[in-house]
Amino acid sequence: PVITILSYFISSFQQRIEIHKLRQGDNLILGFSIGGGIDQDPTQNPFSEDKTDKGIYVTRVTEGGPAEVAGLQIGDKIMQVNGWDMTMVTHDQARKRLTKRNEEVVRLLVTRQSLQKAVQQSMMS
Amino acid sequence: MSTAMDTESTYSGYSHYSGHSKKAHRQGRDRHKSPRSKDGSRSEKSVTIQTPPAEPLLGNDASRAEEGQDDNWGETTTAITGTSEHSISQEDIARISKDLEDSVGLDCKRYLGLTVAAVLGLLVFLTPIAFILLPQILWRDDLEPCGTVCEGLFISVAFKLLILLIGTWALFFRQPKADLPRVFVFRALLLVLIFLFVFSYWLFYGVRILDSKDTNYQGIVQYAVSLVDALLFIHYLAIVLLELRQLQPTFTVKVVRSTDGESRYYSLGHLSIQRAALVVLENYYRDFTVYNPALLTASKSRAAKHMAGLKVYNVDGPGNNASGQSRAMIAAAARRRDSSHNELYYEEADHERRVKKRRARLVVAVEEAFTHIKRLQAEEQQKAPGEMMDPREAAQAIFPSMARALQKYLRTTRQQQYHSMESILQHLSFCITNNMTPKAFLERYLNSGPTLQYDRDRWFSKQWTLVSEEAVTSGLQDGIVFVLKCLDFNLVVNVKKIPFIKLSEEFIDPKSHKFVLRLQSETSV
Repeated sequence: PVITILSYFISSFQQRIEIHKLRQGDNLILGFSIGGGIDQDPTQNPFSEDKTDKGIYVTRVTEGGPAEVAGLQIGDKIMQVNGWDMTMVTHDQARKRLTKRNEEVVRLLVTRQSLQKAVQQSMMS
Repeated sequence: MSTAMDTESTYSGYSHYSGHSKKAHRQGRDRHKSPRSKDGSRSEKSVTIQTPPAEPLLGNDASRAEEGQDDNWGETTTAITGTSEHSISQEDIARISKDLEDSVGLDCKRYLGLTVAAVLGLLVFLTPIAFILLPQILWRDDLEPCGTVCEGLFISVAFKLLILLIGTWALFFRQPKADLPRVFVFRALLLVLIFLFVFSYWLFYGVRILDSKDTNYQGIVQYAVSLVDALLFIHYLAIVLLELRQLQPTFTVKVVRSTDGESRYYSLGHLSIQRAALVVLENYYRDFTVYNPALLTASKSRAAKHMAGLKVYNVDGPGNNASGQSRAMIAAAARRRDSSHNELYYEEADHERRVKKRRARLVVAVEEAFTHIKRLQAEEQQKAPGEMMDPREAAQAIFPSMARALQKYLRTTRQQQYHSMESILQHLSFCITNNMTPKAFLERYLNSGPTLQYDRDRWFSKQWTLVSEEAVTSGLQDGIVFVLKCLDFNLVVNVKKIPFIKLSEEFIDPKSHKFVLRLQSETSV
């Protein structure tokens, strides 16, 4: 029962998104762009609420791409990719984890500010 | 002792008086030169007459004899300045009488001080020589022979006295540049110290040596040498007290002229108030632009117009509430919806435009005039002996072409009183001699210069009075205010102490300067 309550809390702040990669010629593309990383400057991130947050954020989502279809939105912070943690990785490590050649499906755990605010509001009311 | 640069010479009053008569002559000469000179004199006269808009019957001077509305006449002539005929003669009389009664007293005091100092100096200088010579004269046979030691001491006394003489000449023998109201405290203290010192030496000499006829001549000579040494040390003390102590800046003074608000800041050390006033005045002649009463009349006429035309009627019966009346008048005048600010704005804009136009015409005329003159080189001088002129003649030759433009410009900027035709010609020949460009010639007329640049008659400021709440010989302190008054305006001096500065040090290792590159890259996946 405790685990279910915790998982309920976790899932209410976060969202699981499953993206099926699209094959374009020789590459598998996901259809979005990432920014951020522990080796980058967090103050220049327009999407983060806390300007010391060095996490990986979605900076662009291509229209009609697999990410948009799966429900990924611009400004999302990616917490996990296929179980791998993305909150304390460098930019290049994040890119590598997303573009593994032998994976056709990536399962992301993202958090969204609008989600957070909605949950907080519903909790307060 | 020359009185040329004295601020309070006896003849200042007379020359000022003659300056005013010269002004009348100068205006006469100007009238011959151009027919527009009447504008200048008339604009000055019109200051004293203000016709309030509600009473059109009050006209010019001629109709002052008309009765009836004369009760407002007093209010409208509050703007009397020194330009009207009557007030000039009254001020002049006051000035001359003040000069006469002050000059006699001050000169006596100055001469007395100087004679006392001179007599004391001579006495002090001759004392060591007397100490050495008197035993030789009085009881020569009884003295022990002295030999090399004494000769060495004689030489050292001679040279020390020479050094003392040169030092005293350098330090004290200077032409007094000013007359201060009170005695200079440090100098008086030093004179008293020297007098006591020499007196005590003479006392000991008289009692121990002359009376007992001491035969130890070497001891006597060494006594004289010790006197000269001590005198040199007193001279050192004089240098430190009189010259060195005030060199380090401790106070900043702000000097503001009361008539037009022009202000300057100066740095001073530890001085007495009267000496600080002296420094301020010396710098005033160099730094402040010359006092021009013609520039002040505009604001006074505006103020007079503002208050004119208001009269208080006491409706509730008798009762002379004077302060209430005046307060009511001020309030009413303030609430009055007059457009004097509008007037001021347009007047000033208009004046600026006129000045700029006249300035442009003047610059062009002068540049053209200067092209007519060419300097002859030495070889050319023999070849063409025909039309050679010296600088004065050359100046006179080109002056007429620029005279009119210059006159008009001076009249627009109200400077015409400060430059006579003679002074302009002199300046022109000076510029021609020194190969100056037209711009250099015009610099004197386009900018209002410091008081020193002009003729002494136009200074308006030769006799100064120091007004101070503290004693004038007390030292400067933070927050002291004193005023230097002359007949036409005041200089208000505000003293502030330079703040105590706390400076700390920080060491930065040059190797500690390291930098990182901060990026925000975006990768598409």
